[in-house]
Amino acid sequence: MKFVDEYRSGDVAAHVAEQIAALVEPRRRYKIMEVCGGHTHTIYKHGIEDLLPPEVELVHGPGCPVCVIPMGRQDDAIAIAERPGVIFTTFGDMLRVPASSGSLLDAKARGADVRMVYSPLDALRVARENPDREVVFFAIGFETTAPSTAVTLLRAREDRVRNFSVFANHVTIIPAIRAILGSPDLRLDGFIGPGHVSTVIGLKPYRWIARDHRKPVVVSGFEPLDILQSVYMILQQLAAGRSEVDNQYTRVVRPDGNPRALRAIAETMELRTTFEWRGLGFIAQSALKLRAEFADWDAEVRFDVPGIRVADPKACQCGEVLKGVIKPWECKVFGTACTPDRPIGTCMVSSEGACAAYYNFGRLTRRRNREPASV
Amino acid sequence: MCLGIPGLIVDWVDVEHHIAKAEVSGVRRNVNAALLVEGPDAVDVGDWVLIHVGFAMSKIDEDEARATSEFLAALGDPYEQELAELRKSRIE
Amino acid sequence: MGDTRTEDDVLAAIERRRRRPHFKLMDEHITLSHGAGGKASRALLEALIVRELGNPVLAPLGDHAQLPPAGDLPLALTTDASVVAPIFFPGGDIGELAVNGAVNDLAMGGARPLYLSTSLILEEGLAVADLRRVVQSMAAAARAAGVVIAAGDTKVVERGKADGLYITTTGVGVIEHGRRLGPAQIRPGDRVLLSGTVGDHGMAIMLARGGLELEAALESDTAPLHELAQLLLTASEHVRCMRDPTRGGVATVLNELALAAEVAIVLDELSVPVRPEVTGACELLGIDPLYVANEGKLIAIVAPEDEQAALAALQSHPLGTSAAVVGEVRAEPPGMVVLETAFGGTRVVDMLAGDPLPRIC
Repeated sequence: MKFVDEYRSGDVAAHVAEQIAALVEPRRRYKIMEVCGGHTHTIYKHGIEDLLPPEVELVHGPGCPVCVIPMGRQDDAIAIAERPGVIFTTFGDMLRVPASSGSLLDAKARGADVRMVYSPLDALRVARENPDREVVFFAIGFETTAPSTAVTLLRAREDRVRNFSVFANHVTIIPAIRAILGSPDLRLDGFIGPGHVSTVIGLKPYRWIARDHRKPVVVSGFEPLDILQSVYMILQQLAAGRSEVDNQYTRVVRPDGNPRALRAIAETMELRTTFEWRGLGFIAQSALKLRAEFADWDAEVRFDVPGIRVADPKACQCGEVLKGVIKPWECKVFGTACTPDRPIGTCMVSSEGACAAYYNFGRLTRRRNREPASV
Repeated sequence: MCLGIPGLIVDWVDVEHHIAKAEVSGVRRNVNAALLVEGPDAVDVGDWVLIHVGFAMSKIDEDEARATSEFLAALGDPYEQELAELRKSRIE
Repeated sequence: MGDTRTEDDVLAAIERRRRRPHFKLMDEHITLSHGAGGKASRALLEALIVRELGNPVLAPLGDHAQLPPAGDLPLALTTDASVVAPIFFPGGDIGELAVNGAVNDLAMGGARPLYLSTSLILEEGLAVADLRRVVQSMAAAARAAGVVIAAGDTKVVERGKADGLYITTTGVGVIEHGRRLGPAQIRPGDRVLLSGTVGDHGMAIMLARGGLELEAALESDTAPLHELAQLLLTASEHVRCMRDPTRGGVATVLNELALAAEVAIVLDELSVPVRPEVTGACELLGIDPLYVANEGKLIAIVAPEDEQAALAALQSHPLGTSAAVVGEVRAEPPGMVVLETAFGGTRVVDMLAGDPLPRIC
C-alpha cells in the first residue's frame, strides 16, 4: 500500500530509536502525552514503546471521542434508538459502549433498529431509502469528523431530506488539553499532536501550549515511523531548550488546516456553553451542537431525550486513565471486573481506548519488562 | 475513529455533488470530496487523498511524503538497499 | 362423438395416479404447506431435493439411510450449522458452505469424509428457485468432496423466523491414519503453517451484506480441505494438529490451541498471507484480518523437521498455492498468542471479544 508501507519499516525504526536514545539526557525522565485515539492504537499495535529508551514514557490522554461520552448521553442515544419507527445509525465503535441498561447492541437485541454505518452519508442514504422512518445519526468524534457531519447536514438540507436528523456529540480537542494542563496531577514534557484533527484545524490552535506552558507540540502521522520521528523531534526541541509547534505530518497537515472544512462546521454547528466529558467533568465550550437554522435536522429538538446526568460506576477509574494520571493496569478493576468482554468503562470498549489498547496489545510488554528472562 | 486511510482518486461519480471513486488496495468506495474542491489542495483523478468516514479530508502531498521518508532515512545509516528490497517483497 | 370414458375409467385413472404419484412443484415460493408433511412436502422433496441430490442412498426416502460398515476403523462424526446472510455471495452460497463446513470438520481430524445428512429449515416466502440453486450447490459440493448426502429433513417456519433458510449438516467419516492428532501433541519448537490467504470469506460476506458501499473483487474461499489434509498427513509423520479457522479467524483458533496445549504461539506478521483487497477493506473498516473468518483454509502445527515437506505438500495443491510458515510454538508465555510485528515490536493477539462480524458462517 502506497504511503503506508514506507512508514512501517522495522530497519529504519531501529535507526530512529537509536537517535532518540542519543538525545536522552542522563537521569532525566520524559513524559510525552498523545491526545489521539489513533495514536494510542498505533503505539500499542506496533509495540512502539518496546523501541523507546526506558527514560521516555508515552502517556495516553483523552483522545478517544468514544471514551469521553458520558453515560447519560449514551442513555439518551439509546432512548432515541428505542423510539418506534426510528432507525438509529452509528459508527461501529459506539455499539458496545455500556450505558445504564446495556449498550446500543443490547437495545438492538431488544428490538431497536440500530444499524452500523461507515459514513454519515450512508445514514443519509438510509433516510432516503426509508422515507416512512425517522433516521437518526449518532455523530461523535473530534474536529476530524465534524466536517463530515456538517457536509452531510448541508446535503440533507439541499436535498430536503426531512426524515433525517443528527444527534450531535462532537467534541473539540483544545479545551481538553487545557483541562489536562490545568490539572495538578500531571507533569508533562511535551505533546504528540493529533494528526487528523490537525488536518482540519491546522497548527495555530496549539500555539498557546508552546508559548504559555513551554511545552513542545509535534503534530504526528499515524504510522509507527511517524510517531518515532515525532518523539525524536520533541526530544530535539527539549535538548535545545525550545518549545514550538511543529508538524511531522507534512504530507497531510497544512499549517492553516482545511478552511473549507472549518467553514462547513461554522455553517452548521456552534459551540455548546458546556459539555460533560467522562472523567474530566464539565468543560466550557468543548462540544458542538447544531445551529438553530438546522433545528429541523437536530435529533435533540425532534426527540425528547431524558438528559439525565449519570455518574460513572464507583469502581470505574476511566477519568484518571483519560487524564493520563494512571496507567490502564493501575486501575483497580482493570482485567478483573473490567475486560473487553465485559467492560465497565469506555476506555475498555473502544479499540482506541487506552485500556482496550493496553489489554489487547500492551500486556506482553508489561509482562516482559517484569520478567525479562522468560521471553 | 481517527481512522484515515490513503486512497487514490480513480474517477468522478457525481461532479456536482463532489462524489469521487477512491481505491485502496484494490477496494473501491465512493468518497465525498466536497472538502477538497478549492485552493491548492483541490483534488482530481490521480491524486492521493486521506479518507475518513467516507470523506476525502486532505490531499496527500507526494513531495512532502518523500521528504519525510528521506528525513527518516537520514536519521541513521543509509537504508536504501533494505527499503528497496522491502518494497519489492510487498504485494502491490 | 363425446367422452367415451365410463365412470369406472375415471376412478381407475385416479387410483393409478394415486399409487404412482408424479409430483410437480409448481409453486414459486415456499409456504407453510411445504412443511406440513402432506402432498406439498412430498412435492418439494421429490421434485426438488431428490431431483437435485439424487443418489442411491437417499433415493428410498426412508426414515434413515442404511450405510455400509467401516470394518474396524474408528468413525468421525460432526455437526455444523450454516446461518449465513446473505445466502448467495461472491464465491459461493449457503449450500456450498454447509457441505464444506461438515467435510472440513471431519478433514481436520484426518478423517475421510463419507456421508452427510442435512436438515433444511426454510422460511415461508423463500423463492423455490433460490432453494433449487442452493440444493444444486450442495450436490455439486458433495460431488467435489467425494461425499454422499444420504439423509435429510426439511421444515418450514413462518416468515421472519429463518432469514431465508438455515442448514444443519452432520457428517460421518472414517479415520484411517491411526495417529493421534490434537493440541496435546503440540510442543515447543513446532511450526505453524497456514494453507493460504486469510480473511477472504468474512470480508466477502461483509461486503455482500451491503451498506458499506465498498466494491472489491472479494470472494469467499469456501472449499473442501480433505485432500489438503491427506497430503499433509502423507508428507509428514509428525503433524500434530490441524484446524480450520472459521468464526473468529486465525487468532481465535490459535488462542484455543495455545490454551489447550499450554504453549505460546508466536506469529510473524510479515509471513501471514493476505490479499491486498482484504487488507484494503480491513484498513478502511478498521478490522484485523487475523480475526476474520475463513472457509477454505487450514492451520497445521507440525514438527520443525517436517516444516519444508509439509509446506511443499500444501503448495502442491491448488488450494494451497499461497501456503506459508507463519509462526512457531514456544514454551513461554504459556496460553498466549503473540505477534511479532513488521516493525520489530511484539503484541498480544487475544481471543475475539464481542462479534464484529455476526452471522458469516
